[in-house]
Amino acid sequence: MGVFKLGKMTFGSLFKKPETVLYPIEQKPKPVGLKGHIAIEAESCILCGMCDRSCATNCITVDKQARTWAIDRFQCIQCGYCVTCCPKKCLHMDPDYAPASTQHTVDVVEVPAQDKPAKAEKADDNKPAATAAAAAEKPSETEQVPTNAKDRDEALLAAIALMEPEKAQRVRDALEARS
Amino acid sequence: MGKKAIIPFGPQHPVLPEPIHLDLVVEDEVVLEATPQIGFIHRGLERLVQTKDYNQFIYVAERICGICAFGHSMGYAETIERLMDIEIPKRAEYLRVIWHELSRIHSHILWLGLAADAFGHEALFMHCWRLRERVLDLFEKTTGGRVIFSVVKVGGVQRDIDASMLDEFITVLDGIKDEYAQICKAFLNEPSVYNRTAGVGVIPYEDALNLSMVGPFARASAVNYDVRMLGNGAYSDLADFAPILSDNCDCYARMEVRAAEVPQSIEIIRELASKIPAGDIAIPVKGAPAIDSEACNVVEQPRGECYYFAKGNGTKYLDRMRMRTPTSQNLAGMAVALKGCDVADVNMIVLTIDPCISCTER
Repeated sequence: MGVFKLGKMTFGSLFKKPETVLYPIEQKPKPVGLKGHIAIEAESCILCGMCDRSCATNCITVDKQARTWAIDRFQCIQCGYCVTCCPKKCLHMDPDYAPASTQHTVDVVEVPAQDKPAKAEKADDNKPAATAAAAAEKPSETEQVPTNAKDRDEALLAAIALMEPEKAQRVRDALEARS
Repeated sequence: MGKKAIIPFGPQHPVLPEPIHLDLVVEDEVVLEATPQIGFIHRGLERLVQTKDYNQFIYVAERICGICAFGHSMGYAETIERLMDIEIPKRAEYLRVIWHELSRIHSHILWLGLAADAFGHEALFMHCWRLRERVLDLFEKTTGGRVIFSVVKVGGVQRDIDASMLDEFITVLDGIKDEYAQICKAFLNEPSVYNRTAGVGVIPYEDALNLSMVGPFARASAVNYDVRMLGNGAYSDLADFAPILSDNCDCYARMEVRAAEVPQSIEIIRELASKIPAGDIAIPVKGAPAIDSEACNVVEQPRGECYYFAKGNGTKYLDRMRMRTPTSQNLAGMAVALKGCDVADVNMIVLTIDPCISCTER
């Protein structure tokens, strides 16, 4: 009789811990490498756009001008290819699944400016020009760069003054070596 | 003599997990002819190969089917490796085969659960899915995914399995083996199951060969063909491999063959886990397939032989990617098996063939 064939297994189940858990009160522990969602360490991101170009579903958008990294979680298939392509290893798969949502939204992450000498120099160069032109039309990148050597040196010294002492020293050493 | 009538079967039917339509020409409850019709879930995935580069397409390939996901990613990656003449590390080959066999176990247990459900054995269905859950947990721990794994890449695999995890594999699979044996015993020795499947949907050996049937469907008709016999990748290091065959050629034989393939896969995993060499799991791959280069490959999916063909054009985008899936081979056999059967047996025949329509339509 078919009733008794699973008897051993079924009877044994009476004395075992249940296989299921009382979700959502109780949840199974998440394995370490679970592919929940893509997370970014924005501080390390250099906005190179490799993740944007490598994404099979085009769900990542990197905007260098606005310094933003955006992901459309509804489009992401969590394949993790962007994680393998990232040269700075600032992307990783977080074990937590992205929360459910009733609205189609895009997660935008602001990427802070890097403290690299060359970039800091350029950013600082742009500051006076940008403030001066704030009332007028927005100037292009080429217009913001000081043209004469004196202005450029002044901007550079101002940028160095704002840096941390160690970094400032490195930049000075580099400038001396170049001259 | 009664009057001929056409009964539509599917695409929505309780016994079908995926949509296929059959036009059953019946007369006096006997099926005279069955015409399968597919195309309900065609997604045009092969065409996508022209818009995704060969690295990106691996994530498309594994989405062809949820059950054969690992097999498709492995088959595609192997084809590209042949196309670009890449030899991957031995450890990666072992890891691929271990995961592939694990996905066969999960596929066959899933099928057994669905078969039990179709027979009305609710408890057996629950037990099968309970066992399958353990296999999915192993996948989750090692790949980070439960159904779609994204762990294969061209040139190897993305994640390693350490020795302790391999031991856990063996422990869990041993537990599954015992319980699976009890389930199979309960299911296959059940007179109601035997009476409904023995002698039903018979396809003789010659017909199976003529119809180019593959997988457990063909092996249940004594066709001695299994791609694993060819010894691709880590399969070449197996001490002994012989396909599981049956010469009864009916639905019951198909169920027996599938039931026996799970312990066989467990033994393969056990053997490879004990032999797995140390070393790298991937090699860096650069460049693109050469112009007019062509490669083909076969992989034994849970449902049978799957054939892959790729053609390069000198860029990182392929010219053509073609997959001939096991179910598309077996549909002709299914139409023959249905001919002359009782209308009440149609669902049993369809179920024991285990069609995977997602694979077929791509």
